[in-house]
Amino acid sequence: MEMKGEYVIPASRETVWEALNDPEVLKECITGCKSLDKESDTEMSAVVQAKVGPVKATFKGNVTLSNLNPPSSYTISGEGKGGIAGFAKGGADVSLEEVEGGTRLSYEVTAQIGGKLAQLGSRLVDSTAKKYADDFFSCLSKKLGGGEPEGGTEASSS
Amino acid sequence: MGAEGFGARVLRKEDKRFITGRGRYTDDIELKDMTHGVFVRSPHAHAKVRSIDTSAAEKMPGVVGVLTGHDLAADKIGGLICGWMIHSRDGSPMKMGAHPALAADTVRYVGDAVAIVVAETRDQARDAAEAVEVDYEELPAVTDPAKATAAGAPQIHPEAEGNLIYDWTIGDEAATEGQFANAAHVTKIDLVNNRLVPNAMEPRAAIGSYDQAEEHFTLYNTTQNPHVARLVLSAFVGMAPEHKLRVVAPDVGGGFGSKIFIYPEETACLWASRKVGGRPVKWVADRTEAFLTDAHGRDHVTHAEVAFDADNRVLGLRVKTIANLGAYMSTFSSSVPTYLYATLLSGQYAIPQIFAEVQAVYTNTSPVDAYRGAGRPEATFVVERLMETAARELGVDPAELRRKNFVRAFPHQTPVIMAYDAGDYDASLDAALKAADYAGFPARRAEAESRGKKRGIGLSCYIEACGIAPSQAVGSLGAGVGLWESAEVRVNPVGTIEVLTGTHSHGQSHETTFAQIINERFGVPTDTVSIVHGDTDKVQFGMGTYGSRSAAVGLSAVFKALDKVEAKAKKLAAHLMEAAEGDIVLEDGSFKVAGTDRALAFHEVALAAYTAHNLPEGMEPGLKETSFYDPTNFTFPAGSYVCEVEIDPDTGVTEIVQFVAADDFGRIINPMIVEGQVHGGLAQGIGQALLEGCVYDHESGQLVTASFMDYCMPRADDLPSFNVMTTETVCPGNPLGVKGCGEAGAIGSPPALINALTDAIGRNDLAMPATPQRVWAALRSSSAAAA
Repeated sequence: MEMKGEYVIPASRETVWEALNDPEVLKECITGCKSLDKESDTEMSAVVQAKVGPVKATFKGNVTLSNLNPPSSYTISGEGKGGIAGFAKGGADVSLEEVEGGTRLSYEVTAQIGGKLAQLGSRLVDSTAKKYADDFFSCLSKKLGGGEPEGGTEASSS
Repeated sequence: MGAEGFGARVLRKEDKRFITGRGRYTDDIELKDMTHGVFVRSPHAHAKVRSIDTSAAEKMPGVVGVLTGHDLAADKIGGLICGWMIHSRDGSPMKMGAHPALAADTVRYVGDAVAIVVAETRDQARDAAEAVEVDYEELPAVTDPAKATAAGAPQIHPEAEGNLIYDWTIGDEAATEGQFANAAHVTKIDLVNNRLVPNAMEPRAAIGSYDQAEEHFTLYNTTQNPHVARLVLSAFVGMAPEHKLRVVAPDVGGGFGSKIFIYPEETACLWASRKVGGRPVKWVADRTEAFLTDAHGRDHVTHAEVAFDADNRVLGLRVKTIANLGAYMSTFSSSVPTYLYATLLSGQYAIPQIFAEVQAVYTNTSPVDAYRGAGRPEATFVVERLMETAARELGVDPAELRRKNFVRAFPHQTPVIMAYDAGDYDASLDAALKAADYAGFPARRAEAESRGKKRGIGLSCYIEACGIAPSQAVGSLGAGVGLWESAEVRVNPVGTIEVLTGTHSHGQSHETTFAQIINERFGVPTDTVSIVHGDTDKVQFGMGTYGSRSAAVGLSAVFKALDKVEAKAKKLAAHLMEAAEGDIVLEDGSFKVAGTDRALAFHEVALAAYTAHNLPEGMEPGLKETSFYDPTNFTFPAGSYVCEVEIDPDTGVTEIVQFVAADDFGRIINPMIVEGQVHGGLAQGIGQALLEGCVYDHESGQLVTASFMDYCMPRADDLPSFNVMTTETVCPGNPLGVKGCGEAGAIGSPPALINALTDAIGRNDLAMPATPQRVWAALRSSSAAAA
């Protein structure tokens, strides 16, 4: 699955960058996130309860930050295991750009799913992932003092 | 024909319990202290198993045991096998990889089991299965059979280099090339026979039960062949010797081939029962588990060519097929794309030379094995798509091109082993064309055109081989077992009759049709007859039901036992009535002295056999006989199907306007049941052609059609009201004159439908399933090409 999108967040680039590296902010803005702990500057562990169509499961995973180029871009990648529900893994290239009225955040995701998630949810994954992304950036934007962000996400299975 | 005998439309005796919900399936069986097993299955298509941590699962509520592939290996439980040896063209034996019931080190498809969790309840077992931590190291996967042998493709089994299981040929290559060299016209075609998921209504299930005191196992199982299951579990898996293993196949809700095979779960449940102190372990597949782990069907990639002379007679056929056998070789997988496929490539036609090459390959997908028709649908699709395409290229009527090449002299020896014993292919083609008003089609097409619709008509003249199978013949071709059948006829002292058969009914209606034969022979009512099958403790032996063999082989065995019962009863009746044995006739349920009014009812003779007060000198008491019957040849059902479709060019939606099936099944015991079999077969064949397609994501190896949300089964409103009829040539090979009808519909219908669709669309490259999207896209590109 591939997904990309961009949002304009009404905050400075440094503020957005800080937020994207703050486990507390990430935890609050990822729907269903039970815990997110920083293991090092570039590694976090997470527990997320997620639902894709008929499959609902708790995913445990690791998140790694790489290609760090503060405050303009990084790559965030991770893998979550949901036991019998299957797994999801993937990565996103995220970049921040100063624009009129705030910061434009653009990202491109490639992801792979397996197990029950793929068996039962493959045609629901795109729309679910899009909703997770929209919810995340909406939350992030509000946290940074703004309203709804401008922009959106396109998803496509390949 | 009596009211209940040969040819009577007797209502099914088994329907009362099925319709009222009183059937007794494996999951209905509750044993004392029974536990429930749930499998931990790989979410990856190909991976190394680095470690399995069962400690958390073992502490979960209700858990009785968690067993892994390493435990299985430590107990020296043997792996599963493929029972039909195929040799490659260089003489080397097929390359079979090991298939443990639980994978220890490597998983090879999504659904490959690595552990079984046993708990007090099914829910507890499921919860605990989620807590088993498996650390996988992912490996690249290959799912496309055409890419499995490519350089750099991931290696799936160390035993099969380059994933090639065998490279097999049949026929005379040089002679076939010679025929092509002299051809006036050659038609070529590339085909994919789409992978299918069987989807029996009842998912697979097993209960393993171990009696510690007797050291005896019992397996309750959704199997089409309980004795074969016992044989494999004893001789190859090494679970227990045969006298210490009973296999019971109770009511089974459909099989279509997928319940022939000996799967990992049977081994695991039996072994797990022993490991948990003899408590029975029940496992029932959920639907997605069935999608993942039932042996799939078809999955061929084929290039085929047919050569004609200037008079449009077929000179030769050459075929090259890659067959996907999945991640492990299932029980009969090797025979399906070889001896059940290429031996039928002559179709209904006199073809002087045929040469076929089949490469069977491993991929990271569910194992592939026999599914309704098993090889014959694939062969028929090749032959009948070729004939239709050739007729279009040659500019001749497709029916006439077929007719010109029909076999008309019997017996007919084909260049690919089979010797057709009887048939009248003109008769079934004539019947089908007449019923379909083939001559009136151009007018109907014009009328549809005026409404903006696209009409097409397509034919399929199929032949198949049933009555599997003459033991010596299949033995010489690599079969690991004989394919005879056995029967026992027990006449009780009150004259009621129990027939024990080694075949198995999972929808075939044995309880009705077998009883009809007893009525035909002895004149006793069918409700005084019971049919017993599906239990190795009751039935002496048997090879089960598949390949439409129950009547042609199973009932022939019953026939032989009836001969023996009749001979003994006549001898006794003659003795009791003080008449000559040769004067005794059996009519209307009585033994009569011909030309007199002296008679004894069937039950009176039966009672006399058991009281034994007055038996002829040397006669043993009782009236019970057994038999073994080995057929001398396959049987050859054949027929002609006509399909007419109308397409809405705006949406690509296909409506099947009419479907005519004219089949020659030999003599027919119960026309109602035969019609039911044809209807079901047609639904499955039309499902393959129009709706069903099993899809693996080629990159990740994930099965993305693993539920009825994504895998489209045919429903009543997808199907027309079928117009089915039969023509009859008596099968000379068995005492009943029957051929078999269980698979014909699924064999003959896909090419008829695709021939009709390609006729309507005006282009030949339409893949199955021909979904509205594909039909619409094909119409768009053909109109673009025309513009």
